[in-house]
Amino acid sequence: MITETRHYITFKLGDELFAIDVAQVREVLEVAQITKVPTAPAYMRGVVNVRGQSTAVVDLRRRFGLPPAGDTVHTRIIVLELTLDGEDTVIGAIADSVHEVIEFDPSNINPPPRIAMRWRSELIQGMGKRGDDFVIILDAGAVFSSDEIALAEEAAGLEVVSRQPVSQ
Amino acid sequence: MSYNPLGTFRLEAAELLDEIEQAALSLDSAGWTQETIHRLFRAFHTIKGSGAMCGLDAVAGFTHHVESLLDRVRDGSIPVTPELTGVVLQARDHIRWLLDSEDAGGDAGEALIALIGRLSEDPGATAEAVAAETAPAVAPIDDGEPRTWRILFRPNPSILLFGTNPAALFKDLRSLGSCQIEAHTGDVPPLDRIEADHCYLWWTVLLDTSAEEAAIRDVFIFVEDDAKIDIERVSAPAVDAAPAPVAGTPVREPAPAPPQPIPAPRPAATPAPAAKARESTVRVPAERLDRLVNLIGELVMNQSRLARASSEVRVAEYTAPVEELSRLIAELRDHVLSIRMLPIGTLFGRFRRLVHDLSAELGKDVELITQGAETELDKSILDQLGEPLVHCLRNSLDHGVESPDERAERGKPRRGTIRLTASHEGSNVVVSIQDDGRGIARKAVLAKAVEQGLIDAGANPADREILDMILLPGFSTARKVSNVSGRGVGMDAVKRAIENLRGTLTLASEEGQGTTISLTLPLTLAIIEGLLFEAGGGQFIVPMASVTENVDLTAVERQRGNGRNLISVRGELIPYIDLREMFGIEGRRPPVERVLIVRHENERFGLVVDRVLGTHQTVIQSLGRFYRRVEVVSGATIMGDGRVALIVDPPAIVRLANRSRSPGRRPERA
Repeated sequence: MITETRHYITFKLGDELFAIDVAQVREVLEVAQITKVPTAPAYMRGVVNVRGQSTAVVDLRRRFGLPPAGDTVHTRIIVLELTLDGEDTVIGAIADSVHEVIEFDPSNINPPPRIAMRWRSELIQGMGKRGDDFVIILDAGAVFSSDEIALAEEAAGLEVVSRQPVSQ
Repeated sequence: MSYNPLGTFRLEAAELLDEIEQAALSLDSAGWTQETIHRLFRAFHTIKGSGAMCGLDAVAGFTHHVESLLDRVRDGSIPVTPELTGVVLQARDHIRWLLDSEDAGGDAGEALIALIGRLSEDPGATAEAVAAETAPAVAPIDDGEPRTWRILFRPNPSILLFGTNPAALFKDLRSLGSCQIEAHTGDVPPLDRIEADHCYLWWTVLLDTSAEEAAIRDVFIFVEDDAKIDIERVSAPAVDAAPAPVAGTPVREPAPAPPQPIPAPRPAATPAPAAKARESTVRVPAERLDRLVNLIGELVMNQSRLARASSEVRVAEYTAPVEELSRLIAELRDHVLSIRMLPIGTLFGRFRRLVHDLSAELGKDVELITQGAETELDKSILDQLGEPLVHCLRNSLDHGVESPDERAERGKPRRGTIRLTASHEGSNVVVSIQDDGRGIARKAVLAKAVEQGLIDAGANPADREILDMILLPGFSTARKVSNVSGRGVGMDAVKRAIENLRGTLTLASEEGQGTTISLTLPLTLAIIEGLLFEAGGGQFIVPMASVTENVDLTAVERQRGNGRNLISVRGELIPYIDLREMFGIEGRRPPVERVLIVRHENERFGLVVDRVLGTHQTVIQSLGRFYRRVEVVSGATIMGDGRVALIVDPPAIVRLANRSRSPGRRPERA
């Protein structure tokens, strides 16, 4: 639930406008050289150097099952700082374009609709009203949680190689 | 950082408990001296004292019983027996439990206290338990004539800062006998120079007691490093006569000394405590060191970028400083990495207890001999080495070493031996676990392998291959599943854990004579010497240690190989893995490719790449949680030009190649 006025950064995937809480965004980068990691699923685009630290980059289009599109001059990497399973994590997310920072008052945010949605409601915090348009406010923690990533991997039909722990 | 006495106590107690464990175990091995008993006594005494200070009365109360028992061992009235060792170890565990369970109600260790009481042949011990929570350190020993002692106690001015209260010491002294205490004020400076938290007083005490000198020294056991303490016997046992001599005698202190720290001279009579021999150390949280290592990593990276830029602009003035900077950074890096190096002995210590307990449980008699405990390894490796080593030891104890009777039948000494050794070998550390047990029964391994469908019934594999089957997933020849090992997760998990540390595992065994497991590990995980290569425009690094050489592969040779992926290197046919193929890299291959010849478990294989770029000092970064499932890449590094290069893991590449070639089957041999 969103209970206070917050700032959000907006970005586009295809025709759809999304938003992420700016508190979770560290910076926005132009797409530099991304090093592809072999044998990783396709929605993991690779790793980039963010201030001396190699950082994983997720292709949000593929993550949400949109058809892949080539990078353009507008393509950006949104560097997010998230706490996933209690672990501080930095991750890059590729968006088709990044637009502006806007403010949403809780009264302007509707709960995510349960039905008739292209997007799974678990990943959405709410729908921000902006004139006649809606902005989909993403729950970044949920989008990149390990459960979600595992689901995506299953969907991608990957062989899940389990690691056996050393027994006691 | 705020000061947390309880946290400090817990840390200190954990160390003391380790020390107790080591000392107690050495009582078993006949290698103990009177000093061992002293060490035990001191450790328990410290726990009791600090515990009471932190308000952990349960800990202090319980420890008191152990201390009393050890006091009687110390004066020789109770012999050192295996039973004593057992009780001391149990007591140690109980204290640990008390410490872990915060405000422990319930089990106050009554059973253990009763056991201690029985061992002390002192039926009063249990009853005394409740009353004696904060009893004095040492009970007076009724061994005859009371004697008079003159005690000079001149503490270091800063002693109050360390939480010592002289009044408490005098209280302890009083519990030994009647005291005449005189305070000397000659050192107190003028008012404007007084530091409120300094102790400017010193004392002389005349004590009438029947207790031994050692008991008096025990009162000062915490402060002996921070104070001048002289204890001498006065011939005339006269309490009433005391005031006169004390008042008039400055007790070997001719003039009041200036109020400066006293360098704590040790009276010759005191048995030198181990604490004195220890080097001065600083306790630093591990994450601060990790941060430092990361910073060094960035520094190394930027330095190589600078060196590259400087070589491009070719300005003579830059060359010397940049080279000097490289040298300094290399030195700094070595020093910082060495801070995280810890002796492997910290790990070995834990195993002596394990072997002691397990051999008792399994009805075996096993001695653990450790060598090379001083060998140093990076902390991050040590942290991950414990579990695999425990597993190897359990295996040796359970499957390797025979029962005493069986050993006697075979003409071996009844007591088995497990040797745990560590040594440096080049830039690696080799840890080996060697037992003199029954060895690996080839027949049993073969039968099991056939049963599990790993090989065909008629197959006749080489000896080496039979041994390696033990390292396959799910393989266990244990006839029955025991509590100790043989639960199906076996040596393959150990092998995997070692490979994750970029190490290797090899097995050697002679039937009837024993088994040796050797683990070869890198010194550090933070920086490696790597060989940089290119495949399809991407840059990769392979650890230098695993590459033996690299050779050309021409299109002609590929064709001659007829798709069998074999290359001839000086007459030997070596199978190769095409990295472009495995990594799904598209595009045109160069007309002449390179093959890196990599050694993995006594076998060689090739990795086909586009070209080799040279060696590279590689600062390793983790790929992070999103690439946890990727096995073929073990990490990433930032190159001088800011790009990210990936560090490939040869053993994982072989595994992947084998899986995709023939799932579930043995690797093909060249």
